[in-house]
Amino acid sequence: MMLTQDMLEKVAKNARLNLTEKEMDEFLPQLKDVLNAFSELSKVDAKDIEPSVQPVILKNVMREDKPEKSLSGEEVFANTRLKKDGYFKGPRVI
Amino acid sequence: MNAIEFAEKVRNKEIDVVEHTEKILDKIEKINKEFHYFNTISRELAVEQAKKLKKSPKGKLAGIPVSVKDCICVKDVETTAGSKILTGYKPVYNATAVEKAIKEGAIIIGKTSQDEFGFGGFNTNVGIGFEMPRNPFDKLRCTGGSSGGAAGITQLADFPHIAIAESTGGSIACPASFCGVAGMTPTYGLVSRYGLIDYASSMDKIGVMAKSAGECRLMLNVIKGRDAKDSTSIEGKAKIKTIRSVAVIKEAIDVDDDVKNTVLKCLEKNEIEYDIISLPLVAKYSNPAYYILAASEASTNLARYSGFKYGAEFTLDEDYNHYFSSARSACFGKEAKRRILMGTFARMAGFRDAFYLKAAKVRTMIINEYKEAFKHYDLIAGPTMPCIAPKLAEISKLTPLQQYMMDKLTVGPNLAGLPHINVTAGFSKGLPIGMMLTGGHFCEDALLSFAEVIRQA
Repeated sequence: MMLTQDMLEKVAKNARLNLTEKEMDEFLPQLKDVLNAFSELSKVDAKDIEPSVQPVILKNVMREDKPEKSLSGEEVFANTRLKKDGYFKGPRVI
Repeated sequence: MNAIEFAEKVRNKEIDVVEHTEKILDKIEKINKEFHYFNTISRELAVEQAKKLKKSPKGKLAGIPVSVKDCICVKDVETTAGSKILTGYKPVYNATAVEKAIKEGAIIIGKTSQDEFGFGGFNTNVGIGFEMPRNPFDKLRCTGGSSGGAAGITQLADFPHIAIAESTGGSIACPASFCGVAGMTPTYGLVSRYGLIDYASSMDKIGVMAKSAGECRLMLNVIKGRDAKDSTSIEGKAKIKTIRSVAVIKEAIDVDDDVKNTVLKCLEKNEIEYDIISLPLVAKYSNPAYYILAASEASTNLARYSGFKYGAEFTLDEDYNHYFSSARSACFGKEAKRRILMGTFARMAGFRDAFYLKAAKVRTMIINEYKEAFKHYDLIAGPTMPCIAPKLAEISKLTPLQQYMMDKLTVGPNLAGLPHINVTAGFSKGLPIGMMLTGGHFCEDALLSFAEVIRQA
């Protein structure tokens, strides 16, 4: 598998990152190097093996379905100046 | 005086906790100018907590100065995870671990420096505008990462102190090794992750650093436990109470001679008998499996940072996608960008099966290999890092892949969620060499008791 510049541009777009030309020149060979080394994984015979998404067997943490104190409006908006009338103000969508 | 004795004296009103707190805040401010261990020093909060405690001195951690890694939320104190994108973010709540520590009388002295979001093993991948912490033994060298600030201040503090830190792939053990302190990473799920800024959710663990294993135990007992706010938190049962058999992994002692000899000499000095075993899958595939999974999870976790609601903000003169892309591109450091790109790629249609899914399957095989080893042995001992703390100038010449390979010994236990502790095995060229002791799930007690009595080589 070879990562190409076109592919990396697509990945960056999906990840909402604008890469400068300099970053592209730096990251492309670095990521190729890493992915090439990590392709080692293909040599492992993992047929019939279940993937692990957690390292320990977990049980769901349940609680009574009772209303609890939640953050106040003031707290929710405490970390932004981009707000108006009880809403977050974001960039235009259309 | 260690932290345990200190808390006792505070409870007995033998120490003026306000005076003490102010004195140590002056000290850490001075240390910070030279070594950069704190992103924020929370003087106001610490003094306020000390005054409250002076009136009613109680709690298991009464008056102990406690530092908190910058990726763990402390109410009203800037919490950035070492990233420019979270500049100015002041959480409106405490992480569960922090809340529990405060309830037991801890004095929160500040937020310790780290690689941006935990993305590094040297603490050189700090976010844009952050300072790199320096090794307490040699300022030309790194602290290790990603909990570098926590390890550095733990070593340099000439006052009682315990650090709340975090590990995803070795971020407690590595800096603890390079800075010569005890660093305990608990079983995955033992400590609630509520209020921890995510890196890779299936591996992130809040843990502890201190000068001694006994002090780590004091803090761990306070912060552990099931939490309704974290569905992955768990109270598990230990299969063993004491360590009776020890193994050394053959592949893990294929490291610098200095490191290998010091660790084996330390085992010998402590009259620890061991068998040498081979864990071929752990040795060969932990690193690729870890990096693929960690980057994949990180790339989704970091999707939430878009330059509004909290943290860095810009003027809203672009459309939705352009605004987010510009904010992210301007605020994330190089390593954060690399990991987002790697993780996004590994999850993309056409590549997901070969990378993300395959790594998750290999993770199962690695966990099983450890499980099999723990059927025969109670503990695995070996070096924490393959070398002593490298110089900052040497690190800057390494490629990302070469840097990732340095984590080859710590990523295994982290992938498998196994508790592990770093203790100092000895010194070489004036620099500490760490020994990592790994136990079965939920065997923290036995592990800490074993670590408490280890003498250096």
